Amino acid sequence: MKTLYAILVLCGAVALLPAFVSSGVVLNLVIMTLYATLLGQAWNILAGFGGQYSFGHAAFFGTGAYASAALQVHFGVNAWLCLPFAIVCGAAVGALVGALSFRYGLRGSYFALVTLAFAEVFRILANSVKFTGGGVGLLVPLKSSALDFQFQGKAGFLYVILALTLAGFLLSWWLKHSRYGAWLTAVRDNEDSAAALGVDVFRVKLQAIVISAGLTAAGGAFYVQYFQYIDPHIAYGPAVSVEALLGPIVGGLGTVFGPLLGAAALKLLGELTRNLMGDAPGVSLMIYGAVLIAMVTFLPRGIGGLFQRLAAKAP
Amino acid sequence: MLQARHVSISFGGLKAVDDASLAVPAGSITSLIGPNGAGKSTLFGILSGFLEPDAGSVSFLGQDVTGLAPHRICRLGMTRTFQLAQPFAGQTVRENIAVGSHLHRPQRKVALVHAESVALRVGLAGQLDKPARDLTIAARKRLELARALATEPKLLLLDEVLAGLNPQEVSEMSPVIRAIRDDGGVTVLMIEHVMQAVMNLSEHTWVLNNGQLIAEGKPADVTRDPRVIEAYLGRGAAERLRTSGNEAHA
Repeated sequence: MKTLYAILVLCGAVALLPAFVSSGVVLNLVIMTLYATLLGQAWNILAGFGGQYSFGHAAFFGTGAYASAALQVHFGVNAWLCLPFAIVCGAAVGALVGALSFRYGLRGSYFALVTLAFAEVFRILANSVKFTGGGVGLLVPLKSSALDFQFQGKAGFLYVILALTLAGFLLSWWLKHSRYGAWLTAVRDNEDSAAALGVDVFRVKLQAIVISAGLTAAGGAFYVQYFQYIDPHIAYGPAVSVEALLGPIVGGLGTVFGPLLGAAALKLLGELTRNLMGDAPGVSLMIYGAVLIAMVTFLPRGIGGLFQRLAAKAP
Repeated sequence: MLQARHVSISFGGLKAVDDASLAVPAGSITSLIGPNGAGKSTLFGILSGFLEPDAGSVSFLGQDVTGLAPHRICRLGMTRTFQLAQPFAGQTVRENIAVGSHLHRPQRKVALVHAESVALRVGLAGQLDKPARDLTIAARKRLELARALATEPKLLLLDEVLAGLNPQEVSEMSPVIRAIRDDGGVTVLMIEHVMQAVMNLSEHTWVLNNGQLIAEGKPADVTRDPRVIEAYLGRGAAERLRTSGNEAHA
């Protein structure tokens, strides 16, 4: 219950932010942190709780983004209606990838490679099909109305991404307190033991990838509204897949707050290195990379794990 | 209760289980013994659905379960443990057992409470909040047993649940297994190398050697069977033992 209250207090505090902060830069940083949190939460459900390390969450992200953008561009559908549609499309791709790879028992690095391959296939498809605008991508028509999921200022976007992140939090919390979550972590820790105890391993994994993919697709649909543009490289390129997995790994795998901690730490680190080393191109990225390596090496259970260790030491 | 008929499976050219038939009567503690590599665990894998036999059939409570997925067999009431205890390492003892409890208890809280009562039955009540990875071998074996019991099976397949335990731990564990049958009404089929436990606990023994069932009967009789002695000690061993006047101990 404590966790649940912490989630609500945290989200409540962020919701009050636009009342006190008007700086677009700050709000943008918060929005991008929450957006990275959402992708991390989605990835964390499948990998952190379920032990299935995907390297191709871009396949779900891009599908969500294109599903929403294409409906708006080609059929003039309202962007709010596109959001649930995008989630369903992403979840369907998740079901497809999951059914194929889990049916044939792919695990570990093999599963990671197959997901990466799926994302690449989608990228190439999006690059060559007219429906997705080919390599040029799709521009969402400008409307600047809240009724069309486009806002004048940043605050509107902040509320939307906050609501999606809250959903991600509640899903993670539910996994910690439900039979399904217990089954999923059992599958992560030992598939054979889980099966012997009556857990339908295939089904549990399939459900996890569907939930994870749907949530990722919501992130894709949000991206399209926020930046009003999508192309194959943004949608299906490896950058999104990496962004989704970095946060939870840095923050703490299989925890409720890990994705948020990781996303916040990475965003701050990125801003910091860029501001300090902005004059020398590339140096900021080198420092970013070095800190990342150090974190993964010395904090194998992430920042969340570090907090736990410190809390255990404190009297 | 459980019946295997003419079950065979081979890996590559090796016949791991060869035309084996066995039966486990309801309410019994039955044991399956045999030298290392005889195919006992493979046969267990077939009975519990982890392996599909090349030939033959398995029926449980009158229903054909040949090649049925393990989780389905578990839901019918047959659960197995593994020779190498495979705890969900990062989770506590309570959470480990609750995974089994969840089979018939969807509510998280109810399952966690049930897990405590199961822990009590196998003597793990004092370690409920320990992470499974911190348990001793003996405690891991108990946890393996507890998780399986938590699914409330009608038939429990125990794969060397006493192996790796010292004599004192064995004598502590044996009553636990007996109580599962006597108080819990669970039929038990156990693979076991610890002969003292086989003799003490089980009413009926099957002997597997080179994938074939070579003998069955009361444990005391089976261990005097020349074929069984030869399976363990080599060809001619029974003859030598008899002529040297020793009493045979397998």
